[in-house]
Amino acid sequence: MKATVRIMLKTGVLDPQGKAIEHALAALGFSGAGEVRQGKLITLELDETDPDRAREKVREMCEKLLANTVIEDYEIGIGE
Amino acid sequence: MKSAVILFPGINRENDMARALKMASGKTPEMIWHTETELPRGLDLIVIPGGFSYGDYLRCGAIAARSPVMRAVAGAAGRGVKVLGVCNGFQILTETGLLPGALMRNAGLRFVCETVELSVENAATFFTSTVKKGDVLPCPVAHHDGNYFAGAETIKRLEGEGRVVFRYANGTNPNGSINDIAGIINEAGNVIGMMPHPEDRVEALHGGAECAPLFHSIAGEAVA
Repeated sequence: MKATVRIMLKTGVLDPQGKAIEHALAALGFSGAGEVRQGKLITLELDETDPDRAREKVREMCEKLLANTVIEDYEIGIGE
Repeated sequence: MKSAVILFPGINRENDMARALKMASGKTPEMIWHTETELPRGLDLIVIPGGFSYGDYLRCGAIAARSPVMRAVAGAAGRGVKVLGVCNGFQILTETGLLPGALMRNAGLRFVCETVELSVENAATFFTSTVKKGDVLPCPVAHHDGNYFAGAETIKRLEGEGRVVFRYANGTNPNGSINDIAGIINEAGNVIGMMPHPEDRVEALHGGAECAPLFHSIAGEAVA
């Protein structure tokens, strides 16, 4: 079973990389693009067939390693 | 003073650290590889040096923080053994939860490699007992992710309890760190993390020895 984890800096935490991308977009003439944020996408294949158990397992991975919950939020996707 | 320096793949400042410790204490620290599950007996001090453990993959210090030796380090810290983390070592200590907060990408996005001015904010720690509060020491920094961040409550506690040990002084904050924080100490007073590299300002060849007293603080404390 496939799983995805989307990790973003929490709202309110300054994201200098997002800001740099925003400035670069403006420099290329893309006007009207604001609030650019950069995150991470992690995909994995689990040997688990039950979606609930899979989600729980990935949640544990996020809490223990994949995300730093001091500064980051995560969102788990299961299946597809 | 019996000390140990912890090594992970990608750490590269261990020799400077070992030299600074030897100069201050007369004893060569033991080098401990990250796969060890136990530390030598009777340690006074554990140092996690700077570098780029595991290539900074995922987040700086994240992978090293979950390695076997860090469980032993956390256990020793819990028993009161002194722990010092410099640069990547500071990042590893926040990732293990031994120190609060996180080190984020520098606000200016650039890797910074320069000498900052470091003010001593708390002179009652094991690393600052031979300097005075308000002393300003030149000290090198070399990092890409040194922008200290913690929630408002945590910052309030750190400031209120005098747990900010070092601050960047005179407008030399190189990374956007909140409240100019360069180094902090844990609640129990035995774990310090800092981004600057005091081990690289301890002899004339470094351009000055202003940070040597910090290492004398540790050596003295351990003997006392």
